[in-house]
Amino acid sequence: MIDGSTWNSAARLPCFPVTYLDHAATTPMRPEALAVYTAVLADTGNASSLHASGRRARRVVEEAREALAAQLGARPSDVVFTAGGTEGDNLALKGLYWARRAVDPARRRILVSAVEHRAVLDTVDWLGAAQGAQVELLDVDEIGLVHPSTLEAAIARDPASVAVVSVMWANSEVGTVQPVARLAAVAHRYGVPFHTDAVQAFGQIPVAIGADGPDAITVSAHKVGGPVGVGALIARRGLVLEPHTHGGGQERDVRSGTLNTAGVAAFAAAATTACAQAPVEAGRLAALRDDLVRRVCEQVPTAVLNGPPLDTAGGVGEPGDAGGARRLPGNAHLSFPGCEGDSLLMLLDARGIECSTGSACSAGVARPSHVLLAMGATEQQARGSLRFSLGHTSRAADVDALVAAIGPVAERAGRAGALAGTYGG
Amino acid sequence: MRVLAAMSGGVDSAVAAARAVDAGHEVTGVHLALSRSPASDRVGARGCCTLEDARDARRAADRLGIPFYVWDLAERFEADVIDEFVASYAAGRTPNPCVRCNERIKFAAVLDRALALGFDAVVTGHHARLDPDGTLRRSVDPGKDQSYVLGTLRSAQLAAARFPLGDSTKAQVRAEASARGLAVADKPDSHDICFIADGDTGGWLRDRLGSRPGPIRDAQTGATLGEHDGTFAFTVGQRRGLRLGQPAPDGRPRYVLDISPATSTVTVGPAEALDVRRLVAERTVWPHEGVLTCQAQVRAHGGVVPAQAQGRGDELVVTLGAPVRGTAPGQAVILYDGDRVLGGGHIRTTAS
Repeated sequence: MIDGSTWNSAARLPCFPVTYLDHAATTPMRPEALAVYTAVLADTGNASSLHASGRRARRVVEEAREALAAQLGARPSDVVFTAGGTEGDNLALKGLYWARRAVDPARRRILVSAVEHRAVLDTVDWLGAAQGAQVELLDVDEIGLVHPSTLEAAIARDPASVAVVSVMWANSEVGTVQPVARLAAVAHRYGVPFHTDAVQAFGQIPVAIGADGPDAITVSAHKVGGPVGVGALIARRGLVLEPHTHGGGQERDVRSGTLNTAGVAAFAAAATTACAQAPVEAGRLAALRDDLVRRVCEQVPTAVLNGPPLDTAGGVGEPGDAGGARRLPGNAHLSFPGCEGDSLLMLLDARGIECSTGSACSAGVARPSHVLLAMGATEQQARGSLRFSLGHTSRAADVDALVAAIGPVAERAGRAGALAGTYGG
Repeated sequence: MRVLAAMSGGVDSAVAAARAVDAGHEVTGVHLALSRSPASDRVGARGCCTLEDARDARRAADRLGIPFYVWDLAERFEADVIDEFVASYAAGRTPNPCVRCNERIKFAAVLDRALALGFDAVVTGHHARLDPDGTLRRSVDPGKDQSYVLGTLRSAQLAAARFPLGDSTKAQVRAEASARGLAVADKPDSHDICFIADGDTGGWLRDRLGSRPGPIRDAQTGATLGEHDGTFAFTVGQRRGLRLGQPAPDGRPRYVLDISPATSTVTVGPAEALDVRRLVAERTVWPHEGVLTCQAQVRAHGGVVPAQAQGRGDELVVTLGAPVRGTAPGQAVILYDGDRVLGGGHIRTTAS
């Protein structure tokens, strides 16, 4: 039962300090965001109401909108608050596809990278299966990068039939930072709107909308230290979106539902802190991450880093371009040949070290990562991988704990992995 | 001990895990995902391959305060159990997939992996007893006893297995689950074949093997009595569903006596022609010398008959003291001394 009397009971607390290396899944709420969140939650008021309580709530929402817009180079009116990243991706892709097709029925092609999050891939799959879209996956190279020439070639095959292009700002598994400005420029040259899922990038590296950037950006609160259940689609003025849910039209008439006043306020607070700290934090996390990768590979010499090579310079310069960060500063993604990812995860979990195998199905089964497969890895390599992601609460002691555990864990998982195919024969 | 509790999402495995926790072991719960694209809901009393079962297992683990994971064994299950099931039917045998799953999945793939990962034992909710000396015995609940589907496990497999429920009846297990606040206390028992969602084995096999029509022949006259869509829809001893146009000359019911996939022929005849008095088993577990007087069981929920059994190389020859009807190649024969399991194997041939 979830109630105040039992939620914090001793049985729920871990019996040892947890080493949390899964910030890309969700990162702890920042204290300032939690303070704002709980304070606003305690206040009554629907931001759409016309009385004093409603005006008070509306003021909180609009201040949050302005604060968030400022972090993304956007106007306040560009911000469409959502219930999270998945909704933002759905709204952008369905909204743009439907709106573009309504104007010109020939515009049925949707171009997305092969390494997108499932919020994008499953949405475009559905548009293909049920809405007549022709979905084309853009190939990536061995570090997960979409080359502008790949996008150019895909559009140029038949520019008049492209409805929308979507390429994530940074990859959720291997941390590859895409050359978003150059990709957006290619799309714009053909008059095609460009959307990017920046859920992983926002708050870690500079992310902005604008004439030289994406037309629409998906962001999520809980990845930057805000609460789960809040996000935003940043859609530049004039970008026409067909709504995919219907109701009161509270957000620019494309998104309905009572505004989550406390959620957006906490989101804005978390985003403001994350973005303010990012220039320094990126260097700190990249240094920690480099240390993690180097020392894990010392303990397990067969381990292989997936994705872009380490970039100790951190997140400076233009993302994805020469001189800039090619990899999210907090991301380390490693393959352990001969080991199953879920064995590694379980053994680390038993030692209080929490990480991710990248993707799991709805039943909780670890699946070979489609991202690694798209990068050319074998199914076996894709299964034997772990993602360690660092964030604002990460410290050197977290890396030390992982380094102390990983050798025996990989050795044991390797023994289990060596059984594959030997039993039952 | 560090033990791995295999948790199906049912009441038995949940209580078995709970008892392991009470015994002071460090318990980790694991749900085995056996289906590649599991259905989201459970329909009636079938199956153990749904997301709902995974969730029920997870909630039981939460209640017990133990870590919980889902292991993906779909590929191995398909290769070792489902493909073998289809191949057996295609070859005219009648396999028991639960026996096979215990031999190859639960007490092989899962057990080996658990031991390699540092666990000392695997706990399951099977209704059977395991003595400290490794002797497998029937559950105290004769209606729920599952020693038959465990009877072909080797001693090394049993050595790392724990069955905490063998001393309890199913009713006691349900009452205990309820007392422990486990939500699965009233969940219906699973039966039938877990990977055939609607229970229509014949239809399921036809989807995989295609239609293979052939004659239904009378064993005595050789006359063709009818046609069928495929031998896989028949089991030796079957009476229903033959849809023979003409009655037998003596007016008595006819049964499937033999299935020959090579010629796609189903042979039918009178009940007494089904009587089996001798059978030879392969892939045996039989750590005994000489002829043993014992009791034989040839199906999961069947009775026992007096028997004499003797190992012969890799085979086991069983002479039955009373005829059993409709025993088909592919089924397991398990031999007992009272409630003790002596061993067993997979029936290769039968004779009257």
